[in-house]
Amino acid sequence: MRAGLLGIEGLSREDIDVILSRSHDFQPPPRQPFKRFEILKGKTVVNLFFEASTRTRTSFEIAAKRLGAEIISITASGSSVSKGESLVDTLNTLGAMRPDAIVMRHAASGAPHFLSRYLPIPIVNAGDGTHEHPTQALLDARTILDRRQSLEDLRIAIIGDIAHSRVARSNVYLLSKYGARMVLCGPASLLPCELKSIAPGVELTTNMREAIEGADVIMMLRVQLERQHESPIPANEYFQFYGLRPEHISLANQNVIVMHPGPINRGREISSEVADSQRSAILNQVENGIAVRMAVLESVLAPEPAQQREELKAQ
Amino acid sequence: MSERLVIKNGRVVDPSQQMDAVLDVAIEDGLLRLIAPNIDATGGDTFDATGMVVAPGFIDMHVHLREPGFEYAETIESGSRAAAAGGFTSICCMPNTQPVNDSPTVTSYITERARRHAIVNVYPIGAITKNSAGEELAQITSMRHAGIVAISDDGRPVMNARLVRRAMEFAKSLNIPLIEHCEDLDLSAGGDMHEGVESVRLGLHGIPRASEDVMVARDILLAELTGARYHVAHISSRNAVDMVAFAKSRGLAVTAEATPHHFALADRDMQPYDSNYKMKPPLRAPRDVDAIARGLASGAIDAVATDHAPHPGDEKMQEFERCPFGIIGLETAIPLTLERLFHPGMVSLTRFVSMFTEKPAGILSLDKGTLKPGAAADVTIFALNPPWTYDVNKSPSKSRNTPFHGREFKGGAVATIVAGKIVWRRDDW
Repeated sequence: MRAGLLGIEGLSREDIDVILSRSHDFQPPPRQPFKRFEILKGKTVVNLFFEASTRTRTSFEIAAKRLGAEIISITASGSSVSKGESLVDTLNTLGAMRPDAIVMRHAASGAPHFLSRYLPIPIVNAGDGTHEHPTQALLDARTILDRRQSLEDLRIAIIGDIAHSRVARSNVYLLSKYGARMVLCGPASLLPCELKSIAPGVELTTNMREAIEGADVIMMLRVQLERQHESPIPANEYFQFYGLRPEHISLANQNVIVMHPGPINRGREISSEVADSQRSAILNQVENGIAVRMAVLESVLAPEPAQQREELKAQ
Repeated sequence: MSERLVIKNGRVVDPSQQMDAVLDVAIEDGLLRLIAPNIDATGGDTFDATGMVVAPGFIDMHVHLREPGFEYAETIESGSRAAAAGGFTSICCMPNTQPVNDSPTVTSYITERARRHAIVNVYPIGAITKNSAGEELAQITSMRHAGIVAISDDGRPVMNARLVRRAMEFAKSLNIPLIEHCEDLDLSAGGDMHEGVESVRLGLHGIPRASEDVMVARDILLAELTGARYHVAHISSRNAVDMVAFAKSRGLAVTAEATPHHFALADRDMQPYDSNYKMKPPLRAPRDVDAIARGLASGAIDAVATDHAPHPGDEKMQEFERCPFGIIGLETAIPLTLERLFHPGMVSLTRFVSMFTEKPAGILSLDKGTLKPGAAADVTIFALNPPWTYDVNKSPSKSRNTPFHGREFKGGAVATIVAGKIVWRRDDW
């Protein structure tokens, strides 16, 4: 962890427990404003986004600020990237300005992993291509744990464009470490059979009803048309067969949690009735994103977490 | 006074003469003179090959020399030096230079540069289509007169089956093979590695084995239609090996080569997002790796070729999906083939030598790959057992893109003799 956070796959259950429990400390009590901390005072974080993002970038910005760090956000358009600078040079240039960590989103799978071999600065992966989005999986787990005792033995349906989803991969890696049962569901062309072998506890189905039956959690994925080399399913058929609608909810377990990493496409993968219903935890996910990213930034940047914990309690 | 060299006491292995015995080899004026016990070496040079294997000069029928056009990555001279350091006396260079070798002018440029600067024999391969664009045929006949030994659009498969048919008809009339880089571009589009558990795990776009298989199948049928000699470059898929074996059993003039990396590494061996493991075809699943090794053992796959593909460091220092495909391979071919095929007992020493000599010479109709008296004195001397570690930073190649840097090997090239001259020799064995 000290080296940064590149993905969930390489983490142990203990690593994840530490972040999840620490993020609980950072969640504000109901109806109270967020607190500001000085834990990362004097630290500088660069938020480097090579791909459009509003929520993740903002969430990291707020998380860093609430911990007392300076954060500078850079988006690829308008930067040296458009002048033909290579990724390594961009990062080396930023590295020469001595930030304490770089939060990075990039459209290429493995871009942060590749850079971490050459850069001494810790990198937090804020999403790499179709590979991983570790803080999303952590905030999803936090959101589930706010409503359930544990992740063990839960039945979790993940529905949508699984093949191109970094959210799905990170969630599969995380949930499987806790022995959850996952049903991945999507159109056949977006559901490679090899997914069954990437982690224990994964089932696949192209039938949405089958996926939802008995589910404790339904995670809907955004249809990522921009990540596809072709259009594997006619757009108008998508909502009919893979859009989450009120009639699906009764198939799931009582008190099923409906989640979505956002931004949601109403009427494409989720109906407004479901998105805005009592079952929906979508806005809680957004809120938890800040607490989880605070925990991640702290674990990457704060030298002695135990001491910090005392400081937090004292406040 | 004639120039004389006697190679003493080596184990002479020449599949073209069914020879495997400890003998001396006498070379005079660039030609092989005599192979016999106890040749008198007085008045000439000697090479003590005791404990070593003396074989016909090795041929690599698939390399990229990057000249003209990409001299920053490799030149005919630097590539030929890397070849010599890997034990190769002859190499065949693919036409994807700039300009593409699609005309006799470019062919002559390459042969002329090679004559002046190369330290091994260089045989150009001409393009199938103009600019390798897959749209109209290149000047195949004139290139043949200028010295090409085969045609291929390597790296740019010819998707148009009718054009392949016509090219095969020309190739047949000129008595040269058509070499295909088998990849259906629609099936492989956007792919960066083998499609399988590893690509799904890493979130990289996959290249399914079927993209190779459907092209091999198509081309075998076209080879049957035209009667042409057809050669599959860098075969990587189990199905493709089976199809080549089937074509052979039907008596078709179908041959294949495999690269050492395709029988030495599987997709799961790659360092995640390290572009030194990125090549086309990609490293495949373990069952394909086994099929390639078994295909070479059975003869379904005829030859070993390296697909030596130099790229400078800055091209390979990028996001995985932006990096070009290919690795260098001339200096690691003998040791990897020893490691994967000979040392485990999958192939005999005779078969090992034939994959690098008699077989590629036969596929390309070269008067090479033999130690018969009267032939040009191209000789590869190698050792089977001494341990060593590959250091790519000492390579004469201008590029460093290899996944085998730092690998420990058992055995490798000791000396490379071209037309009677020792053009390279290892100094520490």
